[in-house]
Amino acid sequence: MSATLPIPLVDAKPKAPRFRVAVYEGAGAEPLSSEVRTELVCALIAKGFSTSVVRPNGAVSPTNTGTLVVLGQFAEAKPERAEDGDAVVHFREIRNRPTAEVVALAEGIRAELNLPKPGGWKPWFPVIDYDRCTNCMQCLSFCLFDVYGIDADKKIQVQNNNKCKTDCPACSRVCPEVAILFPKYKHGPINGDVVSTDDIRRENMKIDISALLGGDIYEALRDRSAKFKSRFNKERDADKALEERTKCLVKLGEKLDIPPEVFASLPSMDQIRTKATEAAAKAQAALDMQDRK
Amino acid sequence: MSIPLRILYCNCSYANVVPKATKEAVLRALTESGMPFDAVPDLCEMSAQRDPSLHDLAGENVKIVACYPRAVKWLFHAVGAKLGDGAEVINMRTDSPDSILPKLLPEVPA
Ligand code: SF4
Ligand code: SF4
Repeated sequence: MSATLPIPLVDAKPKAPRFRVAVYEGAGAEPLSSEVRTELVCALIAKGFSTSVVRPNGAVSPTNTGTLVVLGQFAEAKPERAEDGDAVVHFREIRNRPTAEVVALAEGIRAELNLPKPGGWKPWFPVIDYDRCTNCMQCLSFCLFDVYGIDADKKIQVQNNNKCKTDCPACSRVCPEVAILFPKYKHGPINGDVVSTDDIRRENMKIDISALLGGDIYEALRDRSAKFKSRFNKERDADKALEERTKCLVKLGEKLDIPPEVFASLPSMDQIRTKATEAAAKAQAALDMQDRK
Repeated sequence: MSIPLRILYCNCSYANVVPKATKEAVLRALTESGMPFDAVPDLCEMSAQRDPSLHDLAGENVKIVACYPRAVKWLFHAVGAKLGDGAEVINMRTDSPDSILPKLLPEVPA
């Protein structure tokens, strides 16, 4: 990776502390049968535990800090809790215990530490491929939900991934470099599949959006809103206005694969105007800084 | 000193994008192989939560069985964790267990 890559948000406070379960079959413990190991590991994963299978014949990743729950058939009694450098280790004997009971031991420790249960939401957020990104700021100008920001070096960055609207890949459609991934998206290249020359040709997806709505999409939404307002005033036909707007949004939604819930959560037109202006100003400032470098 | 090879399995638990049968066959083969390995419920969630464990799981000589290599590389990068040039990503979204397992566990007979 080159030195020019943006600094990721490592300084941001991690939302999850290190917590791992080790199914331990190393020195000082008896090996598990293949069936017991398989059942236990599958059950732990199903309950959202990062799990390491520790065996004498190779390596797993290190745990130097955080909490480690070590499950095993130990040759000698182990303390329930021990400290190992910056890591806290909880040993639990699992001999003759059914899988559900063993999993409950790990769940008990997770609950004691007040750690959130994983899996509460579908992890849906944009991931930037910096091998492709040209820092053009289109995504920053486009997103109304403050997902994007810029780092100290004025490089684009995903800053608020929890504000991203689940299943909405719209910003990846406006990226001219096909540099925005949503790993859990159905189709390539947005899901991380190799970017083909056809995908690059489709780089004018942005133009498609313009063709669809006749200009910048927020501009178009604003225009529509203005037109609806005037029509509403003239005709007092709220139903007709609503119908037309819905048609426009449905068409846009289909084209970009945007779920209807996203439209439902769009801010008011005034807020859209303010946010779009702010985002464009932020993007322009970053671009100006780049030019000055 | 050579860095020992590690295996990391991602269960992609929180979306239906990796075929269930593939995930189950790969996880089962790993547990039955008797090889040590790390397994996580969902790398995407860990990246979204900026889980510092991703730094421990990354590294030089690691085989990751998950999804598209481009997605996995940048998910790690998003938290400042670097996959080394020696890291290999095997794709359960596109490949079948028959083609994944010989790459993942070459020394274990099918
Ligand atoms: S639109 Fe694409 S190329 Fe432009 S800054 Fe965003 S991710 Fe980078
Ligand atoms: S990294 Fe790939 S396989 Fe793992 S959770 Fe994300 S999309 Fe699923």
